[in-house]
Amino acid sequence: MKPEDLASLADKQRAINAACKHRIGVCTESGCVSSQSDQIAAKFNELVKSRGLQKDVRVVGVGCMGLCGNGPMVKIDDGAPMYQNVTPEHCAAILDGLDSPLGNPQLRHLLCDLNQPFFRRQKLVVRSNSGLIDPEDINDCIAHGAYESLLKVLTELSPTDVINQITLSGLRGRGGAGFPTGLKWSTVAKAGGPSKFVICNGDEGDPGAFMDRSVMEGDPHRVIEGMAIAAYAVGADHGVIYVRAEYPLAVKRLTRAINQAMRHELLGNSLFGTRFNFNIEIRLGAGAFVCGEETALIASVEGNRGVPRPRPPYPANSGLYGCPTLINNVETYATIAPIIREGAAWFAAIGTAKSKGTKIFALTGAVQNTGLIEVPMGISLRDIVFDLGGGVPAGRTFKAIQTGGPSGGCICGQNLDIPLDYESLAAIGSIMGSGGMIVMDDTSNMVDVARFFMEFCMSESCGKCVPCRVGTWQIHHLLDRIYKGHGAPEDLVLLKELCEMVKATSLCGLGQSAPNPVLSTLRNFESDYLALIEKGRADREAALSGPHDSGTTVPLEVIS
Amino acid sequence: MNGGKHATAESITLTIDQNAISCRNGLSVLEAAREHGIDIPTLCWLEGLTLWGGCRLCMVEIEGSPRLFAACATQCTEGMVIHTQSPRLHRYRRTIVEMLLAERNHVCSVCVSNGHCELQAMAQRLGVDHVHLPYRFPRLSVDNSHDFFRLDHNRCILCTRCVRVCAEIEGAHTKDVKGRGIQAAIIHDLDQPWVESQTCTSCGKCVNVCPTGALTHRGTAIGEMIKKHEFLPYLKLMREVHQ
Amino acid sequence: MTAPLNKPKVATVWLDGCSGCHMSFLDLDERLVTLASLVDIVYSPVVDPKEFPQHVDLTLVEGAVSSEEDFHKANLIRRCSSVVIAFGDCSVTANVPGMRNTWEPRALLDAAYVEKATSPAEAANRKARIPLKVVPPLRAQAVPLHEVIPVDVFIPGCPPPADAIWQVLTELLAGKTPDICAVTRFGR
Ligand SMILES: Cc1cc2nc3c(=O)[nH]c(=O)nc-3n(C[C@H](O)[C@H](O)[C@H](O)COP(=O)(O)O)c2cc1C
Ligand code: SF4
Ligand code: SF4
Ligand code: SF4
Repeated sequence: MKPEDLASLADKQRAINAACKHRIGVCTESGCVSSQSDQIAAKFNELVKSRGLQKDVRVVGVGCMGLCGNGPMVKIDDGAPMYQNVTPEHCAAILDGLDSPLGNPQLRHLLCDLNQPFFRRQKLVVRSNSGLIDPEDINDCIAHGAYESLLKVLTELSPTDVINQITLSGLRGRGGAGFPTGLKWSTVAKAGGPSKFVICNGDEGDPGAFMDRSVMEGDPHRVIEGMAIAAYAVGADHGVIYVRAEYPLAVKRLTRAINQAMRHELLGNSLFGTRFNFNIEIRLGAGAFVCGEETALIASVEGNRGVPRPRPPYPANSGLYGCPTLINNVETYATIAPIIREGAAWFAAIGTAKSKGTKIFALTGAVQNTGLIEVPMGISLRDIVFDLGGGVPAGRTFKAIQTGGPSGGCICGQNLDIPLDYESLAAIGSIMGSGGMIVMDDTSNMVDVARFFMEFCMSESCGKCVPCRVGTWQIHHLLDRIYKGHGAPEDLVLLKELCEMVKATSLCGLGQSAPNPVLSTLRNFESDYLALIEKGRADREAALSGPHDSGTTVPLEVIS
Repeated sequence: MNGGKHATAESITLTIDQNAISCRNGLSVLEAAREHGIDIPTLCWLEGLTLWGGCRLCMVEIEGSPRLFAACATQCTEGMVIHTQSPRLHRYRRTIVEMLLAERNHVCSVCVSNGHCELQAMAQRLGVDHVHLPYRFPRLSVDNSHDFFRLDHNRCILCTRCVRVCAEIEGAHTKDVKGRGIQAAIIHDLDQPWVESQTCTSCGKCVNVCPTGALTHRGTAIGEMIKKHEFLPYLKLMREVHQ
Repeated sequence: MTAPLNKPKVATVWLDGCSGCHMSFLDLDERLVTLASLVDIVYSPVVDPKEFPQHVDLTLVEGAVSSEEDFHKANLIRRCSSVVIAFGDCSVTANVPGMRNTWEPRALLDAAYVEKATSPAEAANRKARIPLKVVPPLRAQAVPLHEVIPVDVFIPGCPPPADAIWQVLTELLAGKTPDICAVTRFGR
């Protein structure tokens, strides 16, 4: 399309939207769909038809509104009122209350308090349109500002300007390690070569994490736009989105979004009449955690077994098919358009000295409010657990919060007041990670928690290097032994020794970080380990006759 | 990856274990060290094959970084100060060998490669007189189907030398790895018995590069399986001469 | 070395092994005479006493810990010995006895006693003969000695060569720490 077409398309769609008195947004992301939100949308459509309201009321499928634990969610107009735990039976009453700005009083029990900290304390940058726009309708997205930043970049900024903006914004990669995005882009931009690639990492393999899925399902055009801007900045003309096949809805939305963008000539050749060409293809991963590691991901895209390789060379210099390749996380790309639109300074003003902007977390576990939250960097964990999360359920006490999934650590109550940023989390033995956040109460045993994550790493290890392949098995074996009451005090020494060794010698991030949950629970919750060992010792002593058998670490399983 | 042959004329100087040495630019730390008689232990690395970086035995310390580096995968740079021996590295290396011994069923006393096995020799060299980790004792199969060769998964350390030599030198790519983590295993073609492989040329290269008794000639008795991987640098050289 | 009256007491024990390590020990040949002047062999398959003594300075243990009897004996040895030596690969790694570990003990006994039967009647007959009472019950796995009790010195080898045994013993008796890997290795 021509540059001026974007604004006119947006105006046209805004007029269409405005002509309609009410807009009923039904969440159609995986979480709510799994509790039948598609039936709710169908019911609304049926009622709108039978009541003859087609001209005044539009039912749209929208992206996630955050409070996934209370889904399905339904949002009226631009946000208020919002209903939670909706079933098809409620649809008629919701329609009845459309004209009242506070919603139908008869459905008071379903009305969501939008003033509660869960919503009030969020800061929506990446998710600003999620829950508002219809992700399957590019026109609706354009009416909400999609591709404006791309237009600005292509017509007003040089690649260097773009990279400078991203550098100034202080954005760091959201895929886990927090590498400065501007620096990565400039490395790829400087790398020579006839062709370059940009890859979007949508593998999202951490158990419990679904931030990236939500972005891909709820606002796919924002990801595409971010990738196009990145491609322009680094000099690439081909993009790949790597999504796990377990995310069929994300794949469907992205595919549709790419097709629509191509039809609107927002992907393809000579975008906005410039010399910039950019195409995107989707590659499906088979759902291996390790394929989220960048070199393994590249191997997988090339059609090889998804196994990491030693770096350097980094993908920035030698990536896909040996070409310079920019690889960023979904959320990282989705942050680009807002930065271009609002300016680097605006973004850099959010957050802490070294961690800028906002971060999405998947808040789960022993809290009242579970779901997706986007919060400014620097917010304290205490605020997340007790304010946004509403605290642990009544009658239980807070024990730990786990961040960073299988690569992260368990943080105890003492450290709840640290600001949430890359450095502070690392200092207390955890990591920011991609955004998993599990709250645990006093019913959780930390040895069991460590064992769970180690089991995950053990089965997701690619098996290439010895410390990770065998070490994760050994560590899991020890944890299992301790948890089942067969552990000895010496096992803790061995456990620490193995963790240290696996961390120091593994080839890729999976093995290097796999011991983190064990080390952090050993540091913060050693009493859980000691109690199990002591109990096991007492049990064994009671069970065995005579002093001969004490001190063994071998369970007595004999045949008779 | 083995940049030696593509080295530029310039040479660089660095320090390995207190020895100031100079070497061609482009060498890996492992190659530079070995050129100067400093032997860093390895199991997956083999002259003539591409870099794998899986055994992690060659981890070294480089001054200025708290991290460890795999010598096989680290290029020498001017002024680098490298330590290949330290109590910590020794401990880690021993643990790696112990992990391999505990992972599968390495019963040296009844192995045809007894006395000619790189894993066994590595254990002895690194002072591993016992394995302080729990043994796994997995139940694994032996592929006895091929007329000449045998693959005994009990003795495989997943170094992938066989995979690489088959793909890179023989050009057959019969062998590969299936599965993940502790379940990973060497396979032929699409995980079929070796004899049914359509691609295997029965060249025997995999048998000769295998560091352990996992790949052997059939009909050898205990201690009789002597490996010969000298053909590799020779073949590689011949190819380069032809190019 | 030591005054004859309080010579160090040495024991050798045979758990789940083939006795090859003891054969290698006997291969010390004429050095056995020297050894006899240095130590008292207080307990061993090759000497008379049937009770493991209350106190032994140095005990060589051949074989893996495989049965309940092995298990109790290992614990007894540990309580009564100052220095425990895992003697040979079976004791150090579980070696050949450990090759049964991928089977359940029951399946193992069936394979050994029943499966070769030629008729159902014979199978039933053989089943009755599985020695569950007479011989000590098998433990789930045959394991190295150090997985059951703390071990002070390891002499790998199947069997460890007589020279290695000699070297290790004499150095230990002289109060030195032997360099085991210089004289023997797994398998041998
Ligand atoms: C085992 C492992 C799994 C990973 N999984 C993901 C993932 O699912 N998504 C992701 O964006 N990055 C993942 N990463 C990080 C990537 O390697 C890479 O650093 C990241 O995609 C870079 O993007 P960023 O700079 O935008 O963070 C993973 C890393 C490791 C070691
Ligand atoms: S650390 Fe684990 S996942 Fe990474 S290369 Fe090694 S075995 Fe594979
Ligand atoms: S014999 Fe040759 S072709 Fe066959 S698997 Fe081995 S290396 Fe490959
Ligand atoms: S079969 Fe031999 S060469 Fe192949 S991976 Fe196993 S140990 Fe290495």
